Amino acid sequence: MDQTVPTDTTTLVRIENCRQSYPKESASDVIILDEVNLSLREGEIVGLLGRSGSGKSTLLRIVSGLLKPTAGDVRWRGKPIDGPVRGVSMVFQSFALFPWLTVEENVALGLEAQGVPRAEREARAEDAIDLIGLGGYENAYPKEMSGGMRQRVGLARALVVHPDLLLMDEPFSALDVLTAETLRTDLIDLWSEGRLPVKSILMVTHNIEEAVLMCDRILVFSSNPGRVASELKVPFPHPRERLDPAFRQMVDDIYALMTRRPVEHPKPLVADKGAPPAPQPVQPLPVVSTNLMAGLMETIEGEPYNGRADLPALANAFQMEADELLPIGEALQMLGFAEFEEGDISLTDAGRRFVGADTDDRKEEFAAALRAHVPIINQIRQVLDERWNHRAPALRFRDELEDHMSPEYADSTMRTVIAWGRYGELFSYDREADQFSLDDDHDDED
Amino acid sequence: MTTSALPAFASGRRLPNVWDAAAIICVLALLVLVARAAHGTLAPLPSADTIHLEISYLPYYALRTTIRMFVALAFSIVFTLIFAPLAAKSRRLGMIMIPALDILQSVPILGFLSFTVLFFLSLFPGRVIGAEFAAIFAIFTSQAWNMTFSFYQSLTTVPRDLDEASRCFRLSTWQRFWRLEVPFAMPGLVFNTMLSMSGGWFFVVASEAVTVGNTTFLLPGIGSYVSVALSHSDLAAVIYAIIAMLAVILIYDQLLFRPLVAWSSKFRFEMTSGGDVPDPWVLGFLRRTRLLQLLGEAIGDLANVVGGMGMRFPVRIPAARRPATSRLLDGIWFACIAVVTGFALWRIATFVAASITLLQFGRVILLGFFTLARVAAALVIVTAVWVPIGVWIGLRPRWARLIQPIAQFLAAFPANLLFPIVVIVLVRFALNPNIWLMPLMIVGTQWYVLFNVVAGASAFPGDLKEASANLGVRGLLWWRRVIIPGIFPYYVTGALTASGAAWNSSIVAEVASWGHTTLTAVGLGSYIAEQTSAGNTAGIVLGVSVMTSFVLVINRVLWRPLHRYAVRRLTF
Repeated sequence: MDQTVPTDTTTLVRIENCRQSYPKESASDVIILDEVNLSLREGEIVGLLGRSGSGKSTLLRIVSGLLKPTAGDVRWRGKPIDGPVRGVSMVFQSFALFPWLTVEENVALGLEAQGVPRAEREARAEDAIDLIGLGGYENAYPKEMSGGMRQRVGLARALVVHPDLLLMDEPFSALDVLTAETLRTDLIDLWSEGRLPVKSILMVTHNIEEAVLMCDRILVFSSNPGRVASELKVPFPHPRERLDPAFRQMVDDIYALMTRRPVEHPKPLVADKGAPPAPQPVQPLPVVSTNLMAGLMETIEGEPYNGRADLPALANAFQMEADELLPIGEALQMLGFAEFEEGDISLTDAGRRFVGADTDDRKEEFAAALRAHVPIINQIRQVLDERWNHRAPALRFRDELEDHMSPEYADSTMRTVIAWGRYGELFSYDREADQFSLDDDHDDED
Repeated sequence: MTTSALPAFASGRRLPNVWDAAAIICVLALLVLVARAAHGTLAPLPSADTIHLEISYLPYYALRTTIRMFVALAFSIVFTLIFAPLAAKSRRLGMIMIPALDILQSVPILGFLSFTVLFFLSLFPGRVIGAEFAAIFAIFTSQAWNMTFSFYQSLTTVPRDLDEASRCFRLSTWQRFWRLEVPFAMPGLVFNTMLSMSGGWFFVVASEAVTVGNTTFLLPGIGSYVSVALSHSDLAAVIYAIIAMLAVILIYDQLLFRPLVAWSSKFRFEMTSGGDVPDPWVLGFLRRTRLLQLLGEAIGDLANVVGGMGMRFPVRIPAARRPATSRLLDGIWFACIAVVTGFALWRIATFVAASITLLQFGRVILLGFFTLARVAAALVIVTAVWVPIGVWIGLRPRWARLIQPIAQFLAAFPANLLFPIVVIVLVRFALNPNIWLMPLMIVGTQWYVLFNVVAGASAFPGDLKEASANLGVRGLLWWRRVIIPGIFPYYVTGALTASGAAWNSSIVAEVASWGHTTLTAVGLGSYIAEQTSAGNTAGIVLGVSVMTSFVLVINRVLWRPLHRYAVRRLTF
């Protein structure tokens, strides 16, 4: 890019116009990340906050050098990245510990890869183990430890190489609430006391409170394709108080940001490669069971919410994270049962009718909503109605989905289509034959 | 309890103790024995009368047989470590190697024995070592493919997060291989090695006495001992050989594989610490022996240093593909494959045109169906016998713990040593060999069905057992709705192994002799055996190819779909 601009020495990572797409056989690509710009300076904790599917984990892998973006300029201390970067280390959501290595061997692995002599390796591993509160566990194997302890090993392993940048990919989301909180506070304490041997932290999360609690700067991502929707500075000093009204307000604002309907018409998922993009009837469906939707609607309609609920309050009451709650709400919004408004969710008339109905009527309401709002389901039903034998292979619909999204999304969308269609009794599905049909003997699988 | 600790890493005081004395004596004795056996391979090729039937020679013969096994095993491991990564890392090589391995797995090894013996003898004329290599090669071909497959499968299923972690911490290719890929593959590799070894005893016994044309090559070993005993109608010698073999397998099982399997469980990937099984006594012994422990630590350290060496090959990240060059290379590669395949096809065509008539071909196919009928009948009988027994045992954990090692042990026993006993019975009662030789094919492989069914029934979830009892599901309904679907995936695995091995053993099971009496069952196996002893190359090739095709077709048409169905629908 522009070579004449002197590089700021305290800027660790600079990403410009980054774009990641999933190659397709056809003329179009499925875009995961689009037009992402990010720069990371020394001394800050930056959070990438977004829903699953917003490409934030992909971005983290691009920064680490594990993945090369389709387009865009990615620089580490001013130099283009062309492989795993020395000075960047990563903490994984699943811990990614080697089960056949002890805690100490796991921690020392990065040093061994650097060719550090054995004595120094052991001393530094010991330091990292003590720093992170794992003293005494040196000879334990990961499978002997609890999740929280394992993630501490993951942290020690990342810190032992004294990285300039620590990447964390949803580091606490596989842990229970209490354990996660302890780890967060421990980490922040070490950071504010300057005892962490890192200059900067970049973390991916879908937990809004976690982002506000830990980060100095939050980039909120929108989904499909993933983009930076907005950037927020968190002005509070550490240690932060979750119950502080300003803290609560910020959490509320971010909920509102994440549930706001896109003002502009959403850019199609399909990139223009010569041909104009076709109109877009196919969108990924969230994996949300009908029970969850019904449960949420009943809760909103009941006391104390009476038809309109504050999202953070709802999340707290259910012990759910934003990433679990929002897809349900979004599914309801997509089906016309509920609406988001400034961090609140409220039921529509259709939603109220659904809550008041008995089982059979609920199914009818649901079927009507599906046919009105989910084009692919409506299309399947139409095809089945037209066919003389009322059967159709699912393959053609799968193919259609895969033209517009990655195979994983196509697969999960298909599963949602099947589950919703079965609940609405719009069609039945035979898994062995991978076939839709209009048979009466429908298969109840929630 | 330290299942998870390598003997090499366990700590303790480092003074020699009484265990060490015993261990050192054992190790020295082993070295002496191996040296003596190795010396024997340089001797001139023995003729039939140099195999002594005195019982005092048996331990030496057993040792020679065992060493043959382990040499072949070493070759198989080296082959696996080299070729599986090649197939996994290179898309182009994988394209060729994986189907090739699949076919090699289905080729009846015994059919090719006469070729390989001639080939290796021509390399070392008049020396035992030529025949040794032929035998070792036969065992190797019975072991290597499934070990390579197992390693390949592990390599392609390395968990993504561990892969990313190893790249993120910049491990070199070499370090990745020893720190991530080999450990991850270890449990599967050890298990498959065990299966390979079990199958291998069968082939080592069969490959020690090979008749090509008028010449019989005999290698000192249990197999040749039995074959000489057969021609002398010496029942006592046969029984001694069986006892010797049982002892060998018991020792190898206890000394090597129980400890290895227990040790390899530390590499199991699941993060829950599984049910703790007590250490096999040998592993416990090793862990108590201080000198051996020191030695183990030295080896472990060396392995660590070697595995940790930063041999750095350029590590590329999944870069933007360069479709143009990639496509060009693909084109060249495909062209090469096409040329080689074309050449092979031409060679086969000329060979077939010169030596095989359509009538012959049709006859061999027909013989194949005879053998198929025999294999199918044998499987049906084995299923009818062992499934109920296996279920009964599997649902009683105490029995299952007792029976399971015995079934695995019996699966390793080379069934061909038992053939003479059956033949004596057949001769005595003048039974029709076309029917009564059939059990021979399955006598060694039935155990696979048994121990898989036992494993399936023991893994059957307790809550489902309780639910079906609570609903009063009993009798036929219980079998049909509850237990058969529950054990089906396990049964298919066992039956698949048993059927493949049954085809292979038909080559030795359809012809049986006792003294001057030879019993022959009409089938593809006896056809191959006859062509081999007649030294008719074209006939052998034809027979072996037809048998390979039968095995492949049955696997593709029956077992694979069944297995897929079982995994998809009937796993918990």
